[in-house]
Amino acid sequence: MSSDLFQYIIRLGDNALINGQRLAEWCGRGPFLEEDLALANTALDLIGRARMLLSYAGEVEGQGRSEDDLAYFRNEREFRNFLIMELPVGDFAFTTARQFFVDAYDYYYYRALQDATDTTLAAIAAKTLKECEYHLRHSSEWMVRLGDGTAQSQARLTRAVAELMPFTPEFFAADEIDQVMQEQGIGVDLDTVATLWNNEVDRVLREAALARPPLSFTRGGGRQGLHSEHMGFLLAEMQSLQRTYPGLQW
Amino acid sequence: MTDTTALAAMFQQRIDAEEKIEPRDWMPDAYRKTLVRQISQHAHSEIVGQLPEGNWITRAPTLRRKAILLAKVQDEGGHGLYLYSAAETLGVSREELIDQLHSGKAKYSSIFNYPTLTWADIGAIGWLVDAAAILNQIPLCRCSYGPYARAMVRICKEESFHMRQGYELLLTLCRGSEQQRGMAQDAVNRWWWPALMMFGPSDTDSTHSVQSMQWKIKRFSNDDLRQKFVDQSVPQADHLGITLPDPDLKWNAARGHYDFGEIDWEEFFRVIAGNGPCNHERLSARIKAHEDGAWVREAALAYADKQRQRAQKAAA
Repeated sequence: MSSDLFQYIIRLGDNALINGQRLAEWCGRGPFLEEDLALANTALDLIGRARMLLSYAGEVEGQGRSEDDLAYFRNEREFRNFLIMELPVGDFAFTTARQFFVDAYDYYYYRALQDATDTTLAAIAAKTLKECEYHLRHSSEWMVRLGDGTAQSQARLTRAVAELMPFTPEFFAADEIDQVMQEQGIGVDLDTVATLWNNEVDRVLREAALARPPLSFTRGGGRQGLHSEHMGFLLAEMQSLQRTYPGLQW
Repeated sequence: MTDTTALAAMFQQRIDAEEKIEPRDWMPDAYRKTLVRQISQHAHSEIVGQLPEGNWITRAPTLRRKAILLAKVQDEGGHGLYLYSAAETLGVSREELIDQLHSGKAKYSSIFNYPTLTWADIGAIGWLVDAAAILNQIPLCRCSYGPYARAMVRICKEESFHMRQGYELLLTLCRGSEQQRGMAQDAVNRWWWPALMMFGPSDTDSTHSVQSMQWKIKRFSNDDLRQKFVDQSVPQADHLGITLPDPDLKWNAARGHYDFGEIDWEEFFRVIAGNGPCNHERLSARIKAHEDGAWVREAALAYADKQRQRAQKAAA
C-alpha cells in the first residue's frame, strides 16, 4: 500500500519537476520583460511543488531518500512524469499551449485532491491550487491573445496545439495505482477531471478562434518510465553536478 | 521668457537642501541626460546580468539551490523593470533604451561579460559581484532624483539577500570536499579582479564624477567605494578560508585600510570596449530573445487593438 502511495506521489512530483525544469529554460529569454518574470514565477511554483511532493514521497517510502536523492539519483526509466512535460520548450506558442493543457489539468486535479484522506497530500493540494488558478488564467489569456492576435501567432499556436494534443490522453489513462488510490479515498476520479478539462479546453480554444484538432494518434508511456528521446538529455543536464561529485553537500 | 540661469540656480539649491527632484519638475537637460544614461545602463545590467547566472539554473545541484537561483535571476529581471520604469519618467521609452543596448550605443556593467564556468561561480557572483553592486547602489537610495532613489530602495533590499545566498553557497563549498574548495578558490580567483573593476575607473580618470557628485546622483568616489569593498571582503575571505588573488594585499595600519594591487586597466578598458570574453554572446543572446519575441509582442498588440475595436463597436 505504501509503495502504491509512493508511486502515486512520485508521479505528481515528477510532473512538477520536469515541467519546472523545462520552463526555467526561458529565464532571461522571454519575449519581453514582464513575461520573462511570469514564466520564471511559474517555474518557481513548479519547483516548489516538486520539492514538497518528492520530500513527502521519500517520507512515505521510508528508505531515507530526500527530495534531492529522488530528483538527482534516479535514472530515466524510474521517472514517472507525463511525456508532455519533457518535450523541449519550442517557441512561445508551444510553451503556451503546453502550459495551458497542463495548467487546466492541474487545476481540476488538485482541486479534487484537496479532499484526499491523506492529510499531507490534501494540504499540498490546497496550497498548489492557488498557484494553479493563477497559472491557468495566465496561460488561457495567452492562448486567446495568440489565437486571436496576428496571422503568424495563430499559425504558430495552431501548430503547437496540433503537436501537443496527442500527448494529453495520457493525463486521463487511469491504471491500477490510480484505482487503488481512489479506493482509499486519496486518488482523484480521472473521468471527472477529463470532463472538466475537455470543457475548459473547448471553451478556451473557441475563444482563441482555434479548431480543436482531431486525435489521429496518441503518445504516452511516462508512467511506465517509457520516455521520449528528450528525457535523457534533460536529466543529463539537471543531474550533472550531483553525478560528477556524488555524496557531497551543496 | 524663462530665465534658465535662475532656474538652474534654484534647481541646485533644492539639490543642496536634499530635496528630491520629481519627473514634472524643471531640470537641466544635462541632468536628465545623465540620469537616462545611468539608469538605463543600470537597467541593462540587470537584464544582461540574468544570463551568466541563468546559465546554471538547469544544472543547480539541489532543488533548493535551483529555486533560490531562479528566484534570484527573476529578481534581477524585476530590478530591470523598476529601472526601465524610472528611466521612462524622464521621457524615453523602454523600446528606445533597448534599441540602444542592442545597437551597442548603451553600455551595461562589464562584469557580466565574464563566463560562469563552474557552480562555484554562482557563489562568487553573489558574494563579490552583488556586494560590489550594493556598495555602489546604497548611496543611490539617497539620489536626488526621486523615482531612481525609490527604485533603489527596493533593489538594495533584494540585493543584500542575494549577497547572503552567494556567501552561504561558497561557505558550503569551502566546508565541503577538497574538490569543492578548489572550485570555490578557482571561482574567486577569476571574479575578484573583475569585481574590483565594477567601481569604475580610478577617480583621476573618471569622466562623469564631478558633475554627478554636485547633482547628488553620486555621493562617493569610485576609489573610496573600491577601498570599502576590499576592506569588507578580506575578513569575509578569511572566514571562508579563501585566498584573494592579490600578492600586494596587506593591512596598512597607518591608513587603517588594506593596500591592494593595481587593477589591470588595460583589461578594464578592453572589456568596456566590447572585447571581453562574453560581450558578443551576451548581446547576441539579448538580441535573439528580443527578435524571437517580436511576433509575440505583435500578437499581444493586435489582440488588444481588436478588443478595443470590439468594445467601441459594442458601445456605438
